[in-house]
Amino acid sequence: MSTATTTESTELAPVSTDSLAALLVSKERPPRPSAWSASMTFGWRAILKIKHVPEQLFDVTAFPIMMVLMYTYLFGGALAGSPKEYIQFLLPGILVMSVVMITMYTGISVNTDIEKGVFDRFRSLPIWRPSTMVGYLLGDALRYTIASIVMLTVGMILGYRPDGGVAGVLAGIALLVAFSFAFSWIWTMFGLMLRTEKSVMGVSMMVIFPLTFLSNVFVDPKTMPGWLQAFVNNSPITHLASAVRGLMGGDWPAAEVAWSLGWAGLFMLVFGPVTMRLYNRK
Amino acid sequence: MSTQTSGLAIETAGLVKTFGETRAVDGVDLAVPAGTVYGVLGPNGAGKTTTVKMLATLLRPDGGEAHVFGHDVVREADEVRGRVSLTGQYASVDEDLTGTENLVLLGRLLGHHKKAARERAGQLLEAFGLSEAAAKQVKHYSGGMRRRIDIAASILNTPDLLFLDEPTTGLDPRSRNQVWDIVRAVVAQGTTVLLTTQYLDEADQLASRIAVIDRGRVIAEGTKGELKSSVGAGSVHLRLRDPEQRDLAAGLLRRALDAQVQPEPDPVALTARLTTAAGDDSAAEQASRALGELARAGITVDNFSLGQPSLDEVFLALTGHDTHDSSDRSDDPKDEVAA
Repeated sequence: MSTATTTESTELAPVSTDSLAALLVSKERPPRPSAWSASMTFGWRAILKIKHVPEQLFDVTAFPIMMVLMYTYLFGGALAGSPKEYIQFLLPGILVMSVVMITMYTGISVNTDIEKGVFDRFRSLPIWRPSTMVGYLLGDALRYTIASIVMLTVGMILGYRPDGGVAGVLAGIALLVAFSFAFSWIWTMFGLMLRTEKSVMGVSMMVIFPLTFLSNVFVDPKTMPGWLQAFVNNSPITHLASAVRGLMGGDWPAAEVAWSLGWAGLFMLVFGPVTMRLYNRK
Repeated sequence: MSTQTSGLAIETAGLVKTFGETRAVDGVDLAVPAGTVYGVLGPNGAGKTTTVKMLATLLRPDGGEAHVFGHDVVREADEVRGRVSLTGQYASVDEDLTGTENLVLLGRLLGHHKKAARERAGQLLEAFGLSEAAAKQVKHYSGGMRRRIDIAASILNTPDLLFLDEPTTGLDPRSRNQVWDIVRAVVAQGTTVLLTTQYLDEADQLASRIAVIDRGRVIAEGTKGELKSSVGAGSVHLRLRDPEQRDLAAGLLRRALDAQVQPEPDPVALTARLTTAAGDDSAAEQASRALGELARAGITVDNFSLGQPSLDEVFLALTGHDTHDSSDRSDDPKDEVAA
């Protein structure tokens, strides 16, 4: 790194066994932290990692900006007459797509931690077992929020005007972040299940691309063949995109919101326990 | 101290772990007395790490039982986790965080309040000579510093049992000595230490009892002395003045000591491996008797030394292969050394 000092220097201060002995005398152990406190501590770790490795925010800043610009100008003229009109339809959808895509980095962080060895230290602690995983997801929720804000800003610059106002926008982002938090349990599962970072990446792509593209993010599904409509209209991403679009547009799409939360609950109920089973068995 | 019913920190019976076709741990029985350093010695791939992982509740055994301070490692895993700590290549700290952040993080996870966690982290970094590196990311630490922070992370709460899995692998001799000092300081305060190592001198230096593991089995167990005497009482090295007399001397020694005698490449040198079978005499008594015999026969000895068998020799004698090829086939009888 840029710091000139090398920590490899041989002049390492000696170990003071006396003060070490004094420290070891105390055998008292504080009571175990609550599930909430342990999870928040792991969330704090995720934030520290962002602080030390800010490059990792690339995927929640540059990538979303690229997505908005690319699709607005690529499809705008053809699909809605002009990019400015298209973005009114596209932005909530592309927001959903990008954030859901970013969720896959969760699996990679889990896998990296296993590889680096820090994971087994956490597993050997007497704490609420899921807190490690919840910590990753709390840190990621922050990242999803950053990505959403970045995209909205870019969208507004390009002419997107949410009719739902501040309240509608906040509700939309909240729903998206909540859904992504639940959806990420798929990736914690794969992060634990697969051996290498590369395979986690590969599997994530296989799931994410069809799931996000085969939705109503870009176009109204009415022009699709019947069999595809059957899939698209029932996809969780379609429900979520419709819900976020509605909320930001000033409507109250109760059914779509319910569908999105229902899917979120289902993901958590299915992949949460599988993740924890793998975590305990690893 | 933390001794409960049996005074044993660890007790395992027929512990088994299989990975696919391989039986990584194949029926390990251990009894580790509390308050001591217990060495688990074996080559790469012998099953040391797998055993430690099972004892530290990171891996579920496929067979057998293991208790840590009387708690079953599977059914009472949380109890066990509250009393043990581990340090190994796999149970490390977060490289992206600084030394302080790592210790504060773990301190908080152990239930300390923010202030107490900071205080303890500072004191530990100070004691480990890491104060200057406290604000640096761990990925910039040297190997020796890395090992120190790993151990510091394991004693945020003084554990009743500390697993040190190959704590000095890859360290230079100086850093290695410092880790040894730390281990001695930890055990002096009453913590039981289970130390795995590939280095025979490390086990020799630190451990009071040693289990030798090979291919997932304990092939010998006992105190250092017991292990060594299972191989022989030591060996006598001789240098004669006259190379012509070497054959004569060899014959004499063979008869007098009932020992294996080998000529060395040096034409005047001889080595006799003493066995405990030759009466109840100590190695020194046997050696002096041998010297007397040689003198009576008119053989002049220029140089004489009595060597304790090294743990390398122990390993060779127990497994029939040296410490570096655990994969070779050889038929090792499962001989229990401890009386």
